[in-house]
Amino acid sequence: MGMPHYIYRVQSLRASPHTRNTTLVPALTTGHCMTLTPHPSPPPPCYHCGLPVPRAADFGVEINGALRPMCCRGCAAVAQAIVNSKLTDFYRYRTESSTTGRELLPEFLRRAAIYDNLDIQKTFVRSVAGTTRETSLILEGITCAACIWLNERHLAALPGVLSVQINYTTHRARVRWDENRLHLSDILEAISRIGYLAHPYDPDRQQQVLEQARKQLLRRLSVAGALGMQVMILAVALYAGAWSGMETEFARFFRWISLVLTLPVVLYSARPFFSAALRDLKHLQTGMDVPVSLGILLAFSGSVWATFSDSGEVYYDSVVMFVFFLLSARYFELGARTRAAEASEALVHMTPALATRLTAHAHGDAEEIIAVAELRSGDRVLVRPGETVPADGRVIAGRSSVDESLLTGESLPLTKDIGSTLVGGSINRVSPLQMIVERTGQDTLLAGMLRLLDRAQTEKPAIARLADRAAAWFVAVVLICTALVGFYWWQAGNPHWLQIIISMLVVSCPCALSLATPTAVTAATGALTRRGLLTTRGHALETLAKATHFVFDKTGTLTLGQLRVLDVITFGQETRPQVLAKAAALERQSEHPLAHAILDAAHDAPFLAAVEVVNTPGAGLHGMLAGSMHYIGTPAFLLDTANIIVPAETRLALQQSGHGVVFLASAQALLAAFVLDDDMRPGAHHLVQSLRAMGRRVIVLSGDHAQAVRRIADALGIDETACDLKPDAKLAYIKRLQHTGAVVAMVGDGINDAAALAAAHVSIAMGGGAQVAAASADMILLSGHLDNLTAALEKAGKTLHIIRQNFYRALIYNLLALPAAAMGYIPPWLAAVGMSASSLMVVLNALRLVDRQNTPAGHPTTVA
Amino acid sequence: MDIIYLLIPIALVLAGLMVWALMWAIKSGQFDDLEGPAHRILMDDDEVPPSVDPSPPPVEKNKQ
Repeated sequence: MGMPHYIYRVQSLRASPHTRNTTLVPALTTGHCMTLTPHPSPPPPCYHCGLPVPRAADFGVEINGALRPMCCRGCAAVAQAIVNSKLTDFYRYRTESSTTGRELLPEFLRRAAIYDNLDIQKTFVRSVAGTTRETSLILEGITCAACIWLNERHLAALPGVLSVQINYTTHRARVRWDENRLHLSDILEAISRIGYLAHPYDPDRQQQVLEQARKQLLRRLSVAGALGMQVMILAVALYAGAWSGMETEFARFFRWISLVLTLPVVLYSARPFFSAALRDLKHLQTGMDVPVSLGILLAFSGSVWATFSDSGEVYYDSVVMFVFFLLSARYFELGARTRAAEASEALVHMTPALATRLTAHAHGDAEEIIAVAELRSGDRVLVRPGETVPADGRVIAGRSSVDESLLTGESLPLTKDIGSTLVGGSINRVSPLQMIVERTGQDTLLAGMLRLLDRAQTEKPAIARLADRAAAWFVAVVLICTALVGFYWWQAGNPHWLQIIISMLVVSCPCALSLATPTAVTAATGALTRRGLLTTRGHALETLAKATHFVFDKTGTLTLGQLRVLDVITFGQETRPQVLAKAAALERQSEHPLAHAILDAAHDAPFLAAVEVVNTPGAGLHGMLAGSMHYIGTPAFLLDTANIIVPAETRLALQQSGHGVVFLASAQALLAAFVLDDDMRPGAHHLVQSLRAMGRRVIVLSGDHAQAVRRIADALGIDETACDLKPDAKLAYIKRLQHTGAVVAMVGDGINDAAALAAAHVSIAMGGGAQVAAASADMILLSGHLDNLTAALEKAGKTLHIIRQNFYRALIYNLLALPAAAMGYIPPWLAAVGMSASSLMVVLNALRLVDRQNTPAGHPTTVA
Repeated sequence: MDIIYLLIPIALVLAGLMVWALMWAIKSGQFDDLEGPAHRILMDDDEVPPSVDPSPPPVEKNKQ
């Protein structure tokens, strides 16, 4: 740290003049993704990805008999590969644009080759027979069903590939190949040639368990459904017979058949309820499963008794339908959970953590790819641009800017020079670095954060679920009432006392109560998933609706985590487009994130070409523009190279804001200053406004410095901020809030937020953020649009409202029906009708949470 | 009405067959991907890409 930023941050004015590692960059003309002149009418979009085609681009591929425009070399290469494999039908079948093509980089091929290493293959490649191998791949870039078709055809045409199966729902592929004829890296390469990315993955145990649970539940559901239908047919006959008369011989026969059909449903399909109820009873809790099991057992045993004794009523139809409905609710719940697990797994990219170790040889260094776990302190490691730093250490060669935003919340990349410390988990952005490893494994900063996360997870406070609380209370009341009433009738000598008890238990059917929460939550989570907000834990919606304090991380959550030119200040005669054009001409030679920001801002500016551009990493660039020398960079750089002084008052004026600032100068005078900062995420303003309107408190916690936090907080109208926070400080802040009785919702994206996310009552992670953060969150915002979070809040409020409504209705129904049943006024058939009607009401009410198309937000949120 | 004593057992057998068929379907993965096959059926398999044997190279593999 303390090294000069190429992007000059006003408050750390310590650019040392000695660090001038000048290198000459040949002036190249970059081929794509830039605009020469503003064009009057937009040309047709890229045929492959649908993005606008830049004027300067001259890529075209002949597809289905016509020359199609392409936006970049990547798309053209992908399209050409598709044409070469004679799969152009893809363009006819597809219903969505494809993702923008990438050029195949040697870097990618090198990484793909890693997967041929037998040690690394161990975890995710299975040997089937002889040289036949099988693996599972996660595919990225699938936009519609035609993508599946394309991938299957393309892979099947590779010599040596034996079979390909792609699951459209999960975007997983299962590939079998002959190891003698091709390698796994060839398959990965073939997939990336047609514009998709494949990661081998190890279907981890948790997901296998979920998958098995899903199949098991589906089996139970099928049995309940198939046999339930038969029982219902017989029940209709029995009901009709009760009205219009039926020979007792047939009625008895039907009852016996119903008994035989119901038996497997009770013994097999309903087993999960019984085992959960037993578990609850052992721990002296009453969840929803106890009343459910009691209901099933009593209704069933009552019917069996009626069948054997040839008297009274049978409720076989109620039993099977009850089991069937409850199992379907559980099945959909499990389905939503499995989908969530799959999506978060896809986020995590199960790529093995690898490092490139350098070993000294007589003729230079040899590279060796090893697993991160094998790294020892003292090892020399090469970190290429785009790679993650594998362990904590120190730079010994090279110079680059490193992104630590996920670790620290710091929004700007830091320049790392020889001697700078590197933190494991940060990302190298610009040029290769050689580092010496100082700490590995459990000693690293990252491991420390993960330990913090583990602790926070175990201490997480939970809000008791509405359903369980209400159910326990309700069940106790019903059971006591029934026992008392039963005892009264028995002692009063009423011969029908058992029937009355059964009627009471059936009419008070816990069905409606037990369906109240799962149906509402399933409907709401389904609607939210379609909007890109994934719910990974069941309690999330209820807790979200009850949260009183909303805590946000800044970098990457309220902001995009990308630099943008906020302001251009000109000092001379030149206009804004002119200075932007000049800045862009120089910055085109740089890979720094700041350069991208300036190039983006200069998108509409006229095109200028710079020659003899010299890059001084960490300080600035200079080069010839229209015959004269121009400089762009920090004030120290301008002073050093061009002897141009940035006036102190300019500095002071910009100092207020806390942004990064870059200056542009000609050989004679200062021309302009570019103010850069992290851009606000769309929807942030609306979200904060609606939170405040709902009376929630909004707080920003950030690892970034005070001015940067202040700027965002002011723009959004947030008063409570805390800055320069380390992960443990964030965690402590959340816990302090919780001690005051607040229900805390935390929204974050980085590894530094993970512990705070785990500790909060309910947490939401950004989809593009760190895997650890996503893994410790209750919800994941895949779309990255904060507007969806606003929608989720409304939906959560509505869900809670509907759950409560369901409870109240069930309660009122019971208050009316129970006394009537207790007095023996309700015949058993009416009890069964009441039970079905109450369940139906609950399900229909919950269905209101499903988004109907073209329906606006609906009635205003009521949080009772 | 004695036919009932024949028809009901037949219904039971059919129900048993139904359960068996469902179990088979679950086991053989018929319920694993509920969306893909619906789209897949619309895509022609007629124009099979030319090379299942390695003779004409489908992609220029050694270009890079």
